[in-house]
Amino acid sequence: MSPFLSRVFGPRVSPEFVRADRMRYSLPPLMLSLARIALVVSVFLPYWHMTLEAPQYPEGLELTAYVNQLVGDVREIDGLNHYIGMRKLNDAASLERAMGVWMVIAMLFLVEGAALVHSRWALLLVLPALLFPLGFLVDLQYWLYSHGHNLDPTAPLSSSVKPFVPPALGIGNIGQFRTIASAGTGWYLACASSLLTASALFFHRRAYKPLYDRMLAEKASI
Amino acid sequence: MKTNQSKFSLAFALPLAMLVAVGAPLPVIGVGIARSAMAAPQAPPTDGGKKKKKIGAAKEEKAVEFTPENMAQLQKLANDRKLTPDDLMAAAKTFQPSGRHDEYIMFASGGHSGQVFVIGVPSMRLLRSIAVFTPEPWQGYGYGVGNDVLKEGDIPNQELRWGDTHHPALSETKGDYDGEFLFIGDKANARLAVIDLRDFETKQIVKNPITMSDHGAAFVTPNTDYVIEGGQYAVPFGNAYATSDEYQKSYRGMVTYWKFDRAKGRIDMSKSFALELPPYWQDLFDAGKLASDGLIFGNSFNSELATGGIELNKPPFEAGTTQRDMDYLHIIDTKKAEAAFNAGKFEKVNGFPVIKIETLIAEGILFFAPEPKSPHGVDVTPNGQYVVIAGKLDPHVTVYSTEKIKKAIAEKKFSSKDSYGIPILDFDAVMEAQVELGLGPLHTQFDDKGYAYTSLFLDSAVSRWTLGGEYSSLHPEQPWKLVSKTPVQYNIGHLCAAEGDTVSPDGKYLIAMNKWAIDRFFPTGPLLAQNFQLLDIEQGGTAMPVIYDSPIGVGEPHYCQMIKADKLHPWTIYPEIGWDPQTQAIDPKAPKPGQEKVVRDGKNVEVYMTAVRSHYFPENVEVNEGDNVTWHITSMERTMDATHGFCIGGYNINLSLEPGEAATFHFVANKAGVYPYYCTEFCSALHLEMVGYFRVKPAVH
Repeated sequence: MSPFLSRVFGPRVSPEFVRADRMRYSLPPLMLSLARIALVVSVFLPYWHMTLEAPQYPEGLELTAYVNQLVGDVREIDGLNHYIGMRKLNDAASLERAMGVWMVIAMLFLVEGAALVHSRWALLLVLPALLFPLGFLVDLQYWLYSHGHNLDPTAPLSSSVKPFVPPALGIGNIGQFRTIASAGTGWYLACASSLLTASALFFHRRAYKPLYDRMLAEKASI
Repeated sequence: MKTNQSKFSLAFALPLAMLVAVGAPLPVIGVGIARSAMAAPQAPPTDGGKKKKKIGAAKEEKAVEFTPENMAQLQKLANDRKLTPDDLMAAAKTFQPSGRHDEYIMFASGGHSGQVFVIGVPSMRLLRSIAVFTPEPWQGYGYGVGNDVLKEGDIPNQELRWGDTHHPALSETKGDYDGEFLFIGDKANARLAVIDLRDFETKQIVKNPITMSDHGAAFVTPNTDYVIEGGQYAVPFGNAYATSDEYQKSYRGMVTYWKFDRAKGRIDMSKSFALELPPYWQDLFDAGKLASDGLIFGNSFNSELATGGIELNKPPFEAGTTQRDMDYLHIIDTKKAEAAFNAGKFEKVNGFPVIKIETLIAEGILFFAPEPKSPHGVDVTPNGQYVVIAGKLDPHVTVYSTEKIKKAIAEKKFSSKDSYGIPILDFDAVMEAQVELGLGPLHTQFDDKGYAYTSLFLDSAVSRWTLGGEYSSLHPEQPWKLVSKTPVQYNIGHLCAAEGDTVSPDGKYLIAMNKWAIDRFFPTGPLLAQNFQLLDIEQGGTAMPVIYDSPIGVGEPHYCQMIKADKLHPWTIYPEIGWDPQTQAIDPKAPKPGQEKVVRDGKNVEVYMTAVRSHYFPENVEVNEGDNVTWHITSMERTMDATHGFCIGGYNINLSLEPGEAATFHFVANKAGVYPYYCTEFCSALHLEMVGYFRVKPAVH
């Protein structure tokens, strides 16, 4: 192994070595596995809800976002949005939704890879999974902004509705509608996965740093 | 370099296995979860509506407490408005706070308005009308759509565009309302209509091919195998002509068994048949149930065979038809009638099978029992053991035992025969009891406490009386006795208790269908509303107060049925976009978004249009004068109550397009010019902008 690669991958250890101190070396990969399971399960659960309340919708209108799709009263909301010239909901984040599941799969591989990297480079591999929940919300807010700010100037109500941004979390108001947005169970699970990953990485680094430092010292001494 | 192989495989294999197992169909599963979680409106369940939270459900149950201030306010209100404690109680029993739904739904005939009215009980609010025999523009019935249904009821050389709806009948399963269909007869033209209670729309009208007048329509057999239509004014069968001198020989009464195909939601004419009856005027009918299942009962008047002639100084009908003390209760064995029909023992009149009187006698299908003259209601008790005949001109109700009737038939206890040879059962052998109620007993229904309720037309009252037999244990009073009377305003015709003609009546509410209102409401010119009065019959004994007056200013109802609201499962939107309410299926020709077009084939032009808030697509349609136009429209709406109209001024077109509905109509563009079409339902803030132009280019002459 080239000096560069061994710096990246860090020191290799034998199974006997790991068995000698299971707690120290096996805990981080186990936590990473749990994090991956949480992330996989989260894909099946809603990441985000929005309820739109208005006098003439006593049951409210519902939107629910998954990693890969938007469901709920999409047609009715699109129908209403056309009055203010908003683009269709499914025009938003189409790339993200198409890629969502594959991105998650890629992250799973990267997180698994991180368990094999016994250097600080492991951080780089888990970074996407670590930031995924935050990225989801930032992306969502971007699209809410984008849709609220790219209104068709020829729409029937274009003159009476100024560009607006519905909050990605919390309560907003537009026309006679009150929007109530909240994170879904999937998103919370993804957050839990992030926390697990971060903790796992901490223990991972703590376990291997002495070995890594020793490896560097040995190399320097050669 | 050594890798920790075992750990690698475990840690990696687990998520990988999960991915392999579930990764590929992930989007599909995602959709599935999402759909089930959301009851997504793209694929509504069979009830057609999403139910996230129940509208109209009472809020959390909490004991209501009145503060001293409340009581003071109430006291002041009562004084100011001159309300008695009973008035306040009545208001409390009937008032529905906004958004709360009624417990019962009543279907009332509309008389010569040709409609059916749907009314909530106890609020007595009119929820909607259902156009049946009469075109009605709000429902878009008969102005482009529904024309085919109306045409089914036409007779040769005559469009019939009104009807006299008399007796609505809800479909039944095992003698109990099942909430699926409603039938109603047209007395004026002897027709029967089928209404589908998924969308409350008329689906079929059948014209009786042999006669021109009915009254006992509609009544259903306990599983709605047959819908009964009893005749009224006898005529020569099959549009034949005969003078009044030939009345006895040539005029005939009838009862028709219309076979109902529940799966298709239609009367099956090919399995229907009629019974020829003497030209007495048959009146109401009722189907036996439980103990009397398999029999039907009808009554009659004019066994005198009077032919009137007031203009010739002969006794008028009102005198001529009331000379004899007794008329005939008709008892018909359905099983035997069916067997005779299946054995081909019938003649055809106008192509329709009619079992002749001689066959009815020979096969033991028809028997008479004497009944006090000119009665009205014939009502079978919930257990099927008794038939109650309301005397009308006799102050009694006469109760017959169905067991005794069967026994008398089996033992041939006949007192005589009528002039057509039909055996008449011995009155004393079949009569169970006579209960004196008062003047003008018309119609009887039942409750769950062993009481019967009979309307008294001349007394203007509702009477409560006790049933005997196995009902005796349900009430504290003696059997077959009048218990109490409540005056009603005024001239009550039929009455209706909650599910009061089923095998399991609910009691609770009773509607007095009063013919006259006189001073009850503000006089709207000389034509006044009818007065439906709601009576609280929850308590037994003598308490039976009137708790609400409801003006019915849209028709002259005769009869109604009241069903528990939760037995009805109406669609709130059509199940899918492109739904044809006539076939209750997707219309393959229904225009889809992106496929709107105008197609010309010679002089035939087909328009494919979609409608959604707040535009039609296309908005300009041009044809040539004289073109045959077929116009298809689909409503793209999926939201409850997002109904659009569609009218073309100058062309007598107006539709009601309920969410998802597809409609097709035809007309000839015979007038050149420019005709705006627009949405006649205030659908949205841009409703006025929901418009287009239909241009008819003048032909070059």
